[in-house]
Amino acid sequence: MAGKHKIIGNSERRVDAWGKVTGRAKFAEDYNLGHQLWGSVLRSKHPHAKILSIDTSQAMKLPGVEAVLTAKDIPGSKTFGIVLKNQQILAEDRVRYLGDGVALVAATSKEIAAQALSLIKIDYEPLPVVSDPEEAMKPGAPILHDEKNEFIHHKVHKGDVAKGFAEADFTIERKFKTQFIEHSYIEPECVLAEPGEQGGVEIIGSVQNLFSSRRSVADALNIPLNRVQIVQSTLGGSFGGKDEVMTSMCCRAALLATRTGKPVKMVNTREESMLESYKRHPYVLYYRWGAKKEGTITAMEIRCIADGGAYASMSPFVTWRSVVQATGPYYCENVKTDVYAAYTNNNYTGAMRGFGSPQVNFAIESMMDELAEEVGVSPLEIRLKNGFETGAVTATGQRLTHTVSLKEVLTKAAQAIEFDKKWNMYRAAGDGEKKRGVGLACSYRGVSLGAEGADAAETIVSVQTDGSVIVSSGVTDMGQGAQTQMAQITAEVLGISMDRIQFLNTNTSRVADSGPTVASRGTIMGGSAAKNAAEKVRATLLDVGAEMTGVDVSDLDLEDNYLVSAKTHERMASFSELTAACFNKGRPMTGLGWHKSPPTSWHEEEGHGEAYFTFVYGANAAEVEVDTETGKTDVIDFASVHDVGKAINRGMVVGQMCGGVAMGLGYGLLEEFEIEDAIPKQLNFDEYLIPTSMDVPRIKTIIVENEDPAGPFGAKSVGEPTDELAAPAIVNAIFNATGKRIYEIPANLERVLLGHKLSRQGKRGSEQKTSIDAMVIDSCKIRGGKV
Amino acid sequence: MKLVLIRTTINGRRYDLEVRPNMTLLDLLRDELGLTGTKRGCEVGECGACTVLMNGQAVNSCLVLAPQIDCQEVLTVEGLADGEKLHSLQESFLDHDAVHCGFCTPGMLMSAKDLLDHTPDPSEHEVRTAISGNLCRCSGYQQIVDAIKDVEGEKRKT
Repeated sequence: MAGKHKIIGNSERRVDAWGKVTGRAKFAEDYNLGHQLWGSVLRSKHPHAKILSIDTSQAMKLPGVEAVLTAKDIPGSKTFGIVLKNQQILAEDRVRYLGDGVALVAATSKEIAAQALSLIKIDYEPLPVVSDPEEAMKPGAPILHDEKNEFIHHKVHKGDVAKGFAEADFTIERKFKTQFIEHSYIEPECVLAEPGEQGGVEIIGSVQNLFSSRRSVADALNIPLNRVQIVQSTLGGSFGGKDEVMTSMCCRAALLATRTGKPVKMVNTREESMLESYKRHPYVLYYRWGAKKEGTITAMEIRCIADGGAYASMSPFVTWRSVVQATGPYYCENVKTDVYAAYTNNNYTGAMRGFGSPQVNFAIESMMDELAEEVGVSPLEIRLKNGFETGAVTATGQRLTHTVSLKEVLTKAAQAIEFDKKWNMYRAAGDGEKKRGVGLACSYRGVSLGAEGADAAETIVSVQTDGSVIVSSGVTDMGQGAQTQMAQITAEVLGISMDRIQFLNTNTSRVADSGPTVASRGTIMGGSAAKNAAEKVRATLLDVGAEMTGVDVSDLDLEDNYLVSAKTHERMASFSELTAACFNKGRPMTGLGWHKSPPTSWHEEEGHGEAYFTFVYGANAAEVEVDTETGKTDVIDFASVHDVGKAINRGMVVGQMCGGVAMGLGYGLLEEFEIEDAIPKQLNFDEYLIPTSMDVPRIKTIIVENEDPAGPFGAKSVGEPTDELAAPAIVNAIFNATGKRIYEIPANLERVLLGHKLSRQGKRGSEQKTSIDAMVIDSCKIRGGKV
Repeated sequence: MKLVLIRTTINGRRYDLEVRPNMTLLDLLRDELGLTGTKRGCEVGECGACTVLMNGQAVNSCLVLAPQIDCQEVLTVEGLADGEKLHSLQESFLDHDAVHCGFCTPGMLMSAKDLLDHTPDPSEHEVRTAISGNLCRCSGYQQIVDAIKDVEGEKRKT
């Protein structure tokens, strides 16, 4: 990318990749300390039950066992939660889903810990189970918390829907359903906790949101925040998934470590991970639209019910994003949207890449195609007719003053797969064994946290005396490349090459609480803070440069590792000479960068506000081939187009796009974490299928750049928008191919072929031998080897 | 449990080891020898994060028992580079941004090495088939496929 930038826009190598290709990178499980103990969790036997008694005496007697803890051993807060503090570190008197932990063991080996778990005796009184959110909201349903299971009701109101429907020539009313999804980070959860030298605890682990985990550990141990240090190990994927599940693991390991006075390591097997961890929310979505014959939408009435599972977790925020974006990027004067979440005895549901948008996008973009069908125009035409332009006012009453590039991304996606031509051709095609189809989907997405809460971040740029640079940030890297983009911004501002920068993994004791690294806010928040930090150091360096050279500051610049004349680019001193001079003059070369997002607002009761300070726009186009004899759908061509504001690293943006499409493809076609009567059916990758290299086609990636002043160098975000469109694009393509619409994802073989899901009669082989709780303990034993 | 005496070569170095008969190669590498570059992801042979080469062939080390490597040669990701000089596959992964979170990377590299050692000029389909046992949740595979294909491009040029 030629032009004004040296580093920004380049596909620079990642700052953390060398360690990852050589095997030197240390992920959580790669850390060990001398005399460490092995920590294990006994989980519930029932999805819903009272705990009558817990007897740990036999387990305590087993040689090699150093601690057996239950909820009553927690000195401070026994519960945690970001919004509603109702999740249990260990269940005290009641279990609410199968993943609930009841007791902890620390022992000298994995094998002894597993044996100790089987010696803990718990008397349960099983309670009635509710496994469906709509059932959970009915009178008489088993109640999980407080007085009722419905714990969220977000609203958006605009205009008058009754009037809107009265003006309509026709209405379309449909019900959609989405499924539980497992994050499927390839690295299972792990922490290593060590008692602190001055009390407290130090933890290293696979933690996504270090600061919220730290707060919960401090509360559980009843100690101040400065006594809890959490360091993020190189993270093997997260996708929103290593938040609360890691908080509970951190709390448990901290309890065991402080009790025993020894380091304690805890690692989930894949089975434990899938059993305990939270999932993407399944939604039931009721959409009713009124429209004019020529395609104008006059009213949208939307009701969504999210399965919150056993605990509140991020449901309040996830469903809020849904309510804000539930109408899609389309003009409509009359809107009434209600989004609910209810507790059930299923796995709790929380943050996952997309965060409440993949569900509503599936419904919106399916509805848009139905509208096109009713009006008799192409899916592209109906979207171009109704889609937002710059200056549009959203359903929440927010005027979009940035560049609204919806039509640009949509048109580019359609062109990339010759959408209009193929859509007409496939529509007219006759019967055959294999049928092809094309589909479109587009969206707008609010950037960062929006009116969810305080939104600020810190990045520290510390220039060393030899001209090398250390950068650290409260925004964390999970594999998405946050460190690399912050390093590129730092290098750009300081006029240095990337090889001078060393990035430190986030440590809660050494950088300010920067909120969670979620909501695709890494670049816009961490990157802005990096720019701010680097600019502070740059000002000092130029000041010293002026003293050194006698040239006015305004005539100096930093470029290619040199102090140069801004006009002639003549080199005046090397960057290292400059930093040495700076040190000798006693000037500070560490910049603390802070970025706070522009204001947002929300009126919860009336359901409107300036929800997000800016938005991004994306479009996907899919071509599929459906085997009409088996129902198998292959995606054979795909285009992903996103306006990212400005690509800081083009290679990484392409990587986010391809990875997002793959995840969205899994959501649309393959993946379903099935829970029947509150019992999960898949606990490993043999039965929970994520896309392999054979399932994902070559993806055409098109980066659109309309720079936004809200972000560093005009950059916005890319992580989540890439994952929220593939499913509806594919389902729309299946309709084009077969003439049949799928209202419930995933569009797996039976849904495409038969139009419904085949229910699982009886149990699978693995479950026939043993109950699920025994299965997990067995898996510990098998992995341990000796028992 | 009676221990089994094995003699093996790992990353070019000879080892005489006493191992439990039910220990996996994965546990041997990670827990006994400190070769933690090989990753533990599912322990049922589905994710491929633990892929290593046994006599030049990619295997899931979670499905191989440690005694099975007696008199065999094992190569792990730590043995791929020549000192500080990276293997061309590693360089290609860096250049193509084929490394995101990096947890699948060691296994991917080993599956790719097996492929390229036996099929010097693979088609895209052959590359995709070769890594179909290695799950990646970050990348969508495209940059990994490109990285593997381009190593061959470089080799062909020289």
